[in-house]
Amino acid sequence: MKENTTAAIEVHNLSVTYDGKPAAWNIDYELPQGKLIGVMGPNGSGKSTSIKAIMDLVPKASGYARIFGKELDEVRQRVAYVPQRGSVDWDFPASVLDTVLMGRLTKKNIFKRISKKDRDIALECIRKVRLDKYAHRQISQLSGGQQQRVFIARALAQQADLYLLDEPFAGVDASTEDAIISILKEMKEEGKTVLVVHHDLQTAPNYFDWLVLMNTRLVAAGPMEETFTSEYLNEAFGGRLNILSQMGDLIKRKKYPIREKKNK
Amino acid sequence: MSEFVLDFFLLRDPNVRWVVIAILLICSSTAIVGSFAFLRKRALIGDAVSHAILPGICLAFMLTGGKHPFWLMAGAILIGLLSMKIIDFITVNSRIKPDTALALVMSVFYGLGVLLLTRIQSSGNAAQAGLDKFLFGKAAAMMQEDVITYSLFSIFLLLVITILFKSFVVTIFDRQHAALIGLPVNKLEGVMAILTVIAIAIGIQAVGVVLMSALLITPAAAARYWTNNLKIMLLLAALFAMVSGVSGAFVSYAMPKMPTGPWIVMFLTLITGISVLIGSKKGYWVTRKGKQQINQKIIQENVLKALYQLGEVRNNFEDPFLKSELRKKRKYGRLRQRNALKQLEKEACIKIEGEYIYLTRKGLDEGQRITRLHRLWEVYLTKYLKLPADHVHEDAEAMEHLITPELEIELEKVLDYPLIDPHDSPIPRK
Repeated sequence: MKENTTAAIEVHNLSVTYDGKPAAWNIDYELPQGKLIGVMGPNGSGKSTSIKAIMDLVPKASGYARIFGKELDEVRQRVAYVPQRGSVDWDFPASVLDTVLMGRLTKKNIFKRISKKDRDIALECIRKVRLDKYAHRQISQLSGGQQQRVFIARALAQQADLYLLDEPFAGVDASTEDAIISILKEMKEEGKTVLVVHHDLQTAPNYFDWLVLMNTRLVAAGPMEETFTSEYLNEAFGGRLNILSQMGDLIKRKKYPIREKKNK
Repeated sequence: MSEFVLDFFLLRDPNVRWVVIAILLICSSTAIVGSFAFLRKRALIGDAVSHAILPGICLAFMLTGGKHPFWLMAGAILIGLLSMKIIDFITVNSRIKPDTALALVMSVFYGLGVLLLTRIQSSGNAAQAGLDKFLFGKAAAMMQEDVITYSLFSIFLLLVITILFKSFVVTIFDRQHAALIGLPVNKLEGVMAILTVIAIAIGIQAVGVVLMSALLITPAAAARYWTNNLKIMLLLAALFAMVSGVSGAFVSYAMPKMPTGPWIVMFLTLITGISVLIGSKKGYWVTRKGKQQINQKIIQENVLKALYQLGEVRNNFEDPFLKSELRKKRKYGRLRQRNALKQLEKEACIKIEGEYIYLTRKGLDEGQRITRLHRLWEVYLTKYLKLPADHVHEDAEAMEHLITPELEIELEKVLDYPLIDPHDSPIPRK
């Protein structure tokens, strides 16, 4: 067993620029293991971009990221990433099983035949996201929510310790959202660390136990009860969402003990 | 004449034998490489590069003074890669859009190629005879050394693809995922680009510069109409290309005046046309049949609904209904109604005796279900979209055939199991 004290993700002074324009600026945080963490902020606030930079999918302008205290290259097998659904062409000639099996591919087995064990793991993950009826269906024939679950199954098949999901609830129906969040919570119970880019403030307190608030720069990162405050939400979302952030306070008061109590 | 045909297809003539084998290899390997280009949505790159290759061939000829296929290939591949690089460079470093960059490079390189070709042809060098065949392909006139060179390159392509197959597939489908599991995606894309250029360089043997992109992309496009399985798609693409290749070669063997390339493309086009029409996965015929089936089902459901509502009015579902009653309620032509009734009888929803129609238990339930969905939807529209009651019927006519059992449960819950619809008709439940 790995000790749980190393940060799942440590980001130090991370900046990303697109065409010289900063997309994420001097991001600096440490996220603990075994938590379900939401990354939130308004559109274009660098949520997805910073995640991609951590995963080395976009170049960093400055700073670094460590995963479980190590370079990404050393821990690739322990990290799974679920991209936005729209980032791939779903008309690609592949079945649900084909797609989920991609989660079993590693640098090492890419030249080998797919083993029976890999196939079984993939099928099990398809069952977990309740797509067993569709295992052999062409992915273009699925609904948006089902496609999202295919991606989640692929990530599950990677049997990683850290999962990063980019807007998994975008454009899915309510029942799929429920199904996905309960899978994520289950993963957390198993000790996995789950990071979710999300932008619905209303559901955030129910879903996550940690929050990273961004607005190009980092606004706050910490446990939900410390970060889900009108002050931080205002700072992240600007004055624009005043009512929403006030409501955030309300939700917070209902769901969470006030700070004094917590510090007992 | 038949003896002549047999000579070709039984490969009796050793020259023919080698040419046919070379064509099979060239066509299958280019079609498979082309399938990857097709899936990467790089169809146009093939066209640009194949045109751009012409000056490479001419330069190789001018430098070596001969037509040895190896040097011609080398020239073609180098210039092909260069053209690709230039397209990328222009796209990245200027405000010119990719399609413009493609057109620019293609026309400039091809123009240069034609210029060089004209110069070579007027130079009086005897060896140049046949170089112009690169414009439209010369598969049927291949020499032994051509056959060997192009076959080897084809086998090389097939080998590389077999080895890197899974890496290619992941990279094409989801580049980010491929990068994340540690695959060198940039290098893999580079390899795919090189394979494409090689495939084009050998493919122009068969069909020539001008029509090369057809050999690269059409087989994949045609195959996609038949299957959703990638491996089967690749095999089909190869098969289509091989059939067209051999047929085209035969035409120009039988009629030496006929150029090979255009005939191969003619056959490819024929296959594609057939695929578009009757392809089993995306073909016009299948889509149309699917639509017809849905239409048929809608008519049947409407008939059952009409019967149910007739029964509702007289409060009796056991006694038979008259065919004329039904016709009055739903204004179908006699033929359409008869078809729908026949089908419904086959599905045991109704029983027909002369002019009388009996609703079976199954038919009754189905008619009730459609009626329920129709009225539920009307309630939903008035309640949630605040539509007036006289505006909701049309919409419900369409939605009643779409609502799934799960959605029905959801609707019932959301509406809290309403008893009547906006027109005060009861919402029937079992």
